[in-house]
Amino acid sequence: MRNVTYVRALNEAIAEEMERDDDVFLIGEDIADCGGVFGVTAGMLRRFGRRRVWQTPISEAAFTGLAVGAAMAGLRPVCEIMYVDFATTCMDQILNQAAKLRYMSGGQLTVPLVIRTQQGGGTCEAAQHSQNFEAIFAHVPGLKVAMPATPHDAKGLLKAAIRDDNPVIFLEHKLLYETKGEIPREEYVIPLGEADIKREGDQLTLVATSRMVLHALEAADRVAGEVSVEVIDPRTIVPFDLDTVAASVEKTGRLLIVQEAWQSGGFGSEIIRRIVDRCFDSLKAPPRVHGSEDVPMPFSPSLEARVLPNPDSIASAIREIVA
Amino acid sequence: MTPIQLRECYRMMLLIRRFEEAVEELFAQGLIVGTAHFCIGQEASAVGAIAALQPDDMVTSNHRGHGHFLAKGADPRRLMAELFGRSTGYAGGRGGSQHVADFSIGFLGSHGITAGMIPIATGAALTQKLQQTGRIVLAFFGDGATGQGAFHEAVNIGAMWELPVVYLCENNMYAMSTPVEEAFRVPSVAERASAWGIPGVRCDGNDVEAVASAVSDAAKRARAGGGPTLVEAQTYRQCGHSKSDECLYRTDEEEQRWLQRDPLTVAAAKLIERDICTPDALDRLAAQVEREIEEAIQFASESPEPDPETVADGVFADFDVI
Repeated sequence: MRNVTYVRALNEAIAEEMERDDDVFLIGEDIADCGGVFGVTAGMLRRFGRRRVWQTPISEAAFTGLAVGAAMAGLRPVCEIMYVDFATTCMDQILNQAAKLRYMSGGQLTVPLVIRTQQGGGTCEAAQHSQNFEAIFAHVPGLKVAMPATPHDAKGLLKAAIRDDNPVIFLEHKLLYETKGEIPREEYVIPLGEADIKREGDQLTLVATSRMVLHALEAADRVAGEVSVEVIDPRTIVPFDLDTVAASVEKTGRLLIVQEAWQSGGFGSEIIRRIVDRCFDSLKAPPRVHGSEDVPMPFSPSLEARVLPNPDSIASAIREIVA
Repeated sequence: MTPIQLRECYRMMLLIRRFEEAVEELFAQGLIVGTAHFCIGQEASAVGAIAALQPDDMVTSNHRGHGHFLAKGADPRRLMAELFGRSTGYAGGRGGSQHVADFSIGFLGSHGITAGMIPIATGAALTQKLQQTGRIVLAFFGDGATGQGAFHEAVNIGAMWELPVVYLCENNMYAMSTPVEEAFRVPSVAERASAWGIPGVRCDGNDVEAVASAVSDAAKRARAGGGPTLVEAQTYRQCGHSKSDECLYRTDEEEQRWLQRDPLTVAAAKLIERDICTPDALDRLAAQVEREIEEAIQFASESPEPDPETVADGVFADFDVI
């Protein structure tokens, strides 16, 4: 095993897939000489040249659409949208085009496309650079949605996403890039749609996504003497590994979802819907979602801290459910 | 154009005209539902532009796409079946009027979001450039699409990267009901090409030869690595925007003026003037087209409905990642 950062893991995944398949190319803003604002594509220009690394003007609607068209016509683009917030300017291409072209064409067209972007708060970048949009993408049939929490998962899932014949929205988190974790020395791929039990327990099932997985594990540590918490990271929300979560809930009888997205209308509510459908009788307490407060992200650090879930607030939520 | 080419273009324009008229009638009879946007009056730009391409070049279309698709070589029977929502249609009933595609003939799709296919066409052109296929991509769109940011963004990148793409604007004077003079200040769409540093040319969109000639130059340039051209075909939609539009925003005089420049009339006059066809031969051609349309309707109406159990098929490509 090797200890690497999340950004390094992503960088390796891209380089390995570009080596493996000449059809894979990169497209996006500032991805060439400066290697992307967060450094995910660092070194790609030098290694693969301009024909594989297409740096664009600030034109998300165009370059996302170009990626869709290039994918339809036979290549495998990996498109970087600098912040998920900017994806609002190219939602036509993502929601109306990429997601639907296969279905609308009666299955003729395939769109083997990865749209990488990063989301989340905690950096005092305020309301237009801190959002979490996974529920929007997950709501529209035709898109797969990955949101890895660790370097290990980031690398394995990105490789799977690039090999997938469907459009995959790959949601990184800006505060995870510098986090470290172990990855195997040898090549590996993590299939989309397999949850990972990050910590075993038998009194409460805690499903967390992206950076909230780290907070959830910390909270589980804190309450370890009182409550035995099982922490599950679905890793992809489309496809969603309901079997693993349902098996856990059948064991624990309690469910808490922790998401950084807003409390209301998020994917956490959707997980509860599916669990209620599948194993209502196993529930010993009402399932809960703990997300961000329903406000645009404020700038001030003291206000931002109030909005985001944190290990303390998660621990409180755990205690309330088992009380 | 050679006599054979011109006659074939005329036949295709007539086929498109009769197809659209038949669909209009089928709507009135309640045999086709939903919506549709007809290209009656714009047949020359569809047929002329595609006549200037190689058979394996690619085309993207817009909401007014029946003519583009037929001109690219679509089977009228399967297009009609799609409009009927039948399993034999191009998308098995999943697409309908605005979403038809046939990858095997290089028709990447018509679609329902104005300007949405312009970036996609540009991306398909990037694939041609990277794979050095020698093919080009032609994107059809209307004057209304030029109001969209995606149009500007995509043409700019196509120009910067010298991609093998032709941007073909069918300026039919109205974005639904909004006349072009209320939509942009420059006198022509072609003039906007200077903003991206590419050639912009305007042609008579009701003269199939004029369109073919303009697109032929643009296609040559694209294929040679010279990058995109913006071609504006000046035309007129003789029908309403969609089947429910009564055209209250324009005058009878204007409509009459354009009827005299009907693309079929223009082409028929050339065929007779040049002794390519006699009036009798044109009548025989019309009768052939009539039969083709009847066959298409018969095929569509006799085709089975899609199996409701298959409704989720095609959302995702089945693919094992390992």
